[in-house]
Amino acid sequence: MSILQHDVPLAWYLLLSAALFSLGIVGFLFKRNIITVFLSIELMLNGVNLSFVTFAHQWHAVKGQIFVFFVMMVAAAEAAVGLAIIIAVFRVRATLSVDRIDLMKL
Amino acid sequence: MNVPLHLWLIPLLPFAGFLLNGILGRRLPKALVTTIALLAPLASFAIVLFSAAATYLPAESRNLLGPDPAARLVALPFVETCPLAWLNLPGLHIDFTLTLDQLSLVMLLVVTGVGFLIHIYSVGYMHSDPGYARYFSYLNLFLFFMTTLVLAGNVLVMFVGWEGVGLASYLLIGFWFQKPSAASAGMKAFIVNRIGDFGFLIGIFLLLANFGTLTFSEIATKLTANPAWTGGILTVICLCLLIGATGKSAQLPLYVWLPDAMEGPTPVSALIHAATMVTAGVYMIARFHFLFDRSPFALSVVAIVGAATALFAATMGLAQNDIKRVLAYSTISQLGYMFLGCGVAAYSAAIFHLMTHAFFKALLFLAAGSVIHALGGEQDLRKMGGLRKKIPITFWTMTAAVVAIAGIWPFAGFFSKDAILYAAFLQGTGGKILWVVGLVTALLTALYILRLWYLAFFGESRSPGVHAHESPWSMLSPLVILAALSVCGGWIGIERFSAFLSPVLGVRSAESATPHLELYLSILAVAVAVEGWLIADKYYRRKTERPAQIAAILPGLYKLLANKYYVDEIYNYVFVRPLLVISRYVLSWVVDGAILGGAAWLLGGIATFGGAILQRWQSGNIRSYAAWLTAGAAVLLLFVLLVSSPHSWSLSFFHVEPIHKVSHIAVTQLTQAGH
Repeated sequence: MSILQHDVPLAWYLLLSAALFSLGIVGFLFKRNIITVFLSIELMLNGVNLSFVTFAHQWHAVKGQIFVFFVMMVAAAEAAVGLAIIIAVFRVRATLSVDRIDLMKL
Repeated sequence: MNVPLHLWLIPLLPFAGFLLNGILGRRLPKALVTTIALLAPLASFAIVLFSAAATYLPAESRNLLGPDPAARLVALPFVETCPLAWLNLPGLHIDFTLTLDQLSLVMLLVVTGVGFLIHIYSVGYMHSDPGYARYFSYLNLFLFFMTTLVLAGNVLVMFVGWEGVGLASYLLIGFWFQKPSAASAGMKAFIVNRIGDFGFLIGIFLLLANFGTLTFSEIATKLTANPAWTGGILTVICLCLLIGATGKSAQLPLYVWLPDAMEGPTPVSALIHAATMVTAGVYMIARFHFLFDRSPFALSVVAIVGAATALFAATMGLAQNDIKRVLAYSTISQLGYMFLGCGVAAYSAAIFHLMTHAFFKALLFLAAGSVIHALGGEQDLRKMGGLRKKIPITFWTMTAAVVAIAGIWPFAGFFSKDAILYAAFLQGTGGKILWVVGLVTALLTALYILRLWYLAFFGESRSPGVHAHESPWSMLSPLVILAALSVCGGWIGIERFSAFLSPVLGVRSAESATPHLELYLSILAVAVAVEGWLIADKYYRRKTERPAQIAAILPGLYKLLANKYYVDEIYNYVFVRPLLVISRYVLSWVVDGAILGGAAWLLGGIATFGGAILQRWQSGNIRSYAAWLTAGAAVLLLFVLLVSSPHSWSLSFFHVEPIHKVSHIAVTQLTQAGH
């Protein structure tokens, strides 16, 4: 059996998940480097993934685990597209600061 | 035995010509355009002739038409119904019905026959016009609608034709739309006709409400079933129909559009504004004769309108200097005669005059067109003169029409006009007054038409610089044919003509008067016409300075006539100006500007203002978007927490059993299930 068989309460997993998600939000909101922002989003996704896995194991529901695979797949796709955009933006603007990538305003 | 006559081809062939020339005409060679344009009315005319022959040829000559003489017997009225119903509602069933009877046969012969001649004439008259194909497509379109109107078996189909000829008339009056006067004349004709059509429509609705059907024969049957039904609502219906007829047939008070309609090409004036379309009102009244017969009041209104228009328009025709405008007023006046004929219940006399008028008035217009053509576009009678020797064929053919309209025996106009006047004379005291009006009009008719004749063809040329030349044969041959018809058209005689029409229009028992009376009246009518001729001869040939002197003695009268009684001006002040003022100030400023514009401005202002505020949101700063996104998610989460029940979202997660115990139970259960 896995590590979960030790006396680790469910709450701990959830707290870890919430911590990861919150860290992701903080990074998403306050970091200026676009790659860091991007990493923060991945962090949020993985925080959510963790709580999915936890509950799936808790209730022996395989759906939660399948959902995790979906999230990972979307995250991979997002990483491919997002990194491509970042590279394209960097080539044009020669910067990674989100505050200076503001051409979309009116 | 009834054989199919294929009546539907009569309107649809010109329609095919309209489509072909209207869509492809500009790309086709001119010869092909001409062929299409001429073949369509010719084919229609041939079908009409065939129908007439199939109906009326004596038995022995029927063999010419086919191997089986009995198979050609066609009984009139011949009804053809489209298998698809037009309207099929509870209590209302309307088909596309075409009906051929003696009345529509006469009209069809006139419309397609004269129409075909005018098509031929147009080939010469319009040969160098850049809109050649467009012109012929409109002319074919007119024939389509006119034959629909004539063949209609119910009022609604007739109304389609009625509106359609109005459309074709509008298109052809404004054919030279680059000229502002032509464009506005087209609009004037259309708008004045709308007023009349409004009356016609009300009449149709009343017919539907009171008879429950719009088919002519069914209305007639219902009337026959109720011999006591007279006056009342029937009078109202008849007056509504009369309003429609006055619009289309240019009678008082809606005649004002016809003189302006002379802005169109001259063959159009001949076909639409003299021979066929403007007679639609007379045709309609004759078609509804069973209705008008039940309303003596409406009939007398028809007669008075007709007589008044005849006299009024004839006086106006005296003082016009534009050759086409003289003829336009003459047309109005002659249509007044036809209304007078209908009004004294002499419908067959009115249709007789309609037919002869179609011949001589079409001829007058075409000859006038030939004169205008010869002079290179000059329409002013004061600049003509001395054309007799220069354009002899035009002169002689026009002379035939002139004596025909003047009512000289034995030309066509004499017989039909005489029949109407005689019928009026027999109608009691009121009829005698109308007869006197008609007689005075006959004098004026002879006067104005011979004035035109003398001014155009006699004396010295008043514009010496112009070299007049005879028109090509494409224009002259219709003139010759129409001249023959103007001479002989009346010889059939009113007795035989009304006997022919009697299955439709009924037999009139007006022949009770003394046998010599008609002869005396005819002699009187001819004497009056000759008197008019003599006056014209004196003033416009022998003493050409006299008209100007008379005009100088009576300046008020002359100005009144020359300005057409200021009717246009009066209408302008009474109807057009107030409408313009209402449109400009009330509708344009208050309704459109203040109310609608204000509402639009208010809505637009709200949107702009809201946009200006929301615009600040779109800062372009990605981190601000991120913040809003997070805040939005947080608000959603909070909302879910607040509205859902507290049990499900209590923090009881933190009190569930340690996870390994749960899984242990689950595993135990699984293994037990495995055993």
